[in-house]
Amino acid sequence: MKLKPNIATSEAGFLFNPATGDSFAANPLAADILARARAGQDAAAIKADILERYDVAPGQLEKDWDDLLAQLRDFNLLA
Amino acid sequence: MKQPYERPTLRKLTGGLPGKFGPRAGAPAVETLDGVRVAELVAQFGSPLFIISERQLRRSYQAVQRAFATRYPAVQLAWSYKTNYLNAVCRTFHQEGAWAEVVSGMELEKALLNGVPGPHILFNGPGKRRADLERACEVDAVIHLDNADELHLLLAVAEGRAPRPRVALRVNLDAGLHPQWDRFGFNLENGEAWQALGRVVASGQLELVGLHCHIGTYVLQPAAYATAAAKLAALALRCQRELHTLVHYLDLGGGFPSTNTLKGAYLPATDTVPGIDEYAEAITGALLAAGFAPDERPLLVLEAGRALVDDAGSLIGSVLANKRLADGRRATILDFGVNLLFTSFWYDHHISPARTFSDHTEPTVLYGPLCMNIDQLRASISLPLLAPGDQVVVHKVGAYNMSQWQQFINLRPNVVLLDQAGAVHLIRAAETLEYLQQLEQVPEHLR
Repeated sequence: MKLKPNIATSEAGFLFNPATGDSFAANPLAADILARARAGQDAAAIKADILERYDVAPGQLEKDWDDLLAQLRDFNLLA
Repeated sequence: MKQPYERPTLRKLTGGLPGKFGPRAGAPAVETLDGVRVAELVAQFGSPLFIISERQLRRSYQAVQRAFATRYPAVQLAWSYKTNYLNAVCRTFHQEGAWAEVVSGMELEKALLNGVPGPHILFNGPGKRRADLERACEVDAVIHLDNADELHLLLAVAEGRAPRPRVALRVNLDAGLHPQWDRFGFNLENGEAWQALGRVVASGQLELVGLHCHIGTYVLQPAAYATAAAKLAALALRCQRELHTLVHYLDLGGGFPSTNTLKGAYLPATDTVPGIDEYAEAITGALLAAGFAPDERPLLVLEAGRALVDDAGSLIGSVLANKRLADGRRATILDFGVNLLFTSFWYDHHISPARTFSDHTEPTVLYGPLCMNIDQLRASISLPLLAPGDQVVVHKVGAYNMSQWQQFINLRPNVVLLDQAGAVHLIRAAETLEYLQQLEQVPEHLR
C-alpha cells in the first residue's frame, strides 16, 4: 500500500489530491493505517498491530484491508 | 481490553451548494422497540423478524377515530383486512370498535372467525364469486356492489331470500385526482351509478343502505376527499328525494397516507404528508354542509388501513455480507428482501442500525438475499459501517408487507406482538419446509 507522493494527509484523516482537487475523509482506523503506511511500515506489521489492539478476527481484517485497497485504487490515490 | 473495531473506510467529500437543512446527521441507533431490546428479540425469535406494537396500533386507531368523531356525530371505522390480516392485529382493532372491510370470500371468513358480526362486515372487492355472495347473504354482511354483472348475479342469489340482502353501491367519481380511479364501482359522472341505484331500488329484492367510494391510495390532497364527500352526499340526497330511499351510511373508503416517504419524494413524508385531522376536516366539513337534516345525517364510514397499521410494524434484519460494486459503491446484503418488504417498491424506508456506531457513514446500496436483480431495498442510504451480523430496524412496515409477502427463495419469518405491558407474543410462527410442502403431491411415477 503506497499512496501517491503528492497526496496530502492530515492526522485527523483528511486527504487531498492536488492533481484533481478531490478531497476525502478517512475514518480513524483508515487514517491510522495510511499514516503508518506513509511512515514506511509494511502491511504485515500494520495488520499485526491492529489485531493486537482491536476486537476483530483476522479474516475480517483481511477482507476489510482488501476493501480499503479497492477504495484507494478506485479514488486513484495509490502510487 | 481491546478497542471496538470499525472497518477502515474513506469517503469522498463533495462540495455542492450549501443546504438550508444543515449537515445530515447519521442514522441514530434504535436499540429497543417499545422498551424491548432488539438483541433479545433476535436471540429469542431469530432474524429476520416482524414486530407489531400493540400500543401503536391502538394509538393510531384512536387518533383517526378522534379526528373524525370530534367533527361529525356518527363515525365508524372499518378495518381494511387486506392491509394486514394477522388475527392479532385484526382483533386489536375490533377490540377498539372497528368493523371489518373485506375484499374476498377468504377475508370474509377470517372476519367471521375473528368474531365480527355479519352486519358489521362490509364486503368490497371487484371479484366476488356466487358462493361469496351467498355466504355474505347468509351472514347478513353488507355487499358493496362493484359492477352490473355482480348486481345481476346478486339479484339471482337474492331471489326469494328473506330478509333482503343489504347492499351499498360502489361509486367512482372525479375528485380532482389524476389519474382518476375508475376501476372500482359505477361511474357517477356518466350516469352509470344513478342507473344502477334505480335498478337496485326497483328490484325490491335488495335493501340499499349505503354509498361507497375509494378515490385512491396514499392520497396527499385532503381537498379531493372533500370533493368526493360532497358528491357522494349529493347522490344520497338525490336517492332520498327521487327514489324515496334513505341512505344510512356514506363510506369514503381509505387511501390515507402514512408517514413513509414515497420513492422520488424530495422531502421526507414526515415533513410533507398532511395530518389525519386535515382529512377529517375536509370530509366532515363537506358532509355537514351537504344539506342533510340533522336527524338524517348518514353514518360516516372510513376504511382506513395503512394509516392505522403502518407505524405499528417494524422489521428487524441482519447483515449477511458487505461488498463493493463495480463503480465503487458500497453494497450490503441483508437477510430479508423484497419478498418480505414488498413496500420497498414504493417507499424509501427509514432504516436504523440497532447498535451505536461512530459518526462515520457511507452511502450504501441495500440488497436482500434473493438471487434476483430486483431485490434492492434502498438504492442509496447513508448508514454507519455495518459488519456481518449487525442488526438493522426497518420502521413503519405494518401495512401490506404481512399480507403481500411471498414465500420465495426464503421462508417467511416469525411475527411477534409487543403488548402494552411489554410482554412479547409470537403471533405467527416462522414457516418450515414441511409447511411449505404440505399441500404438494408427487405423482406415483416420480416417487
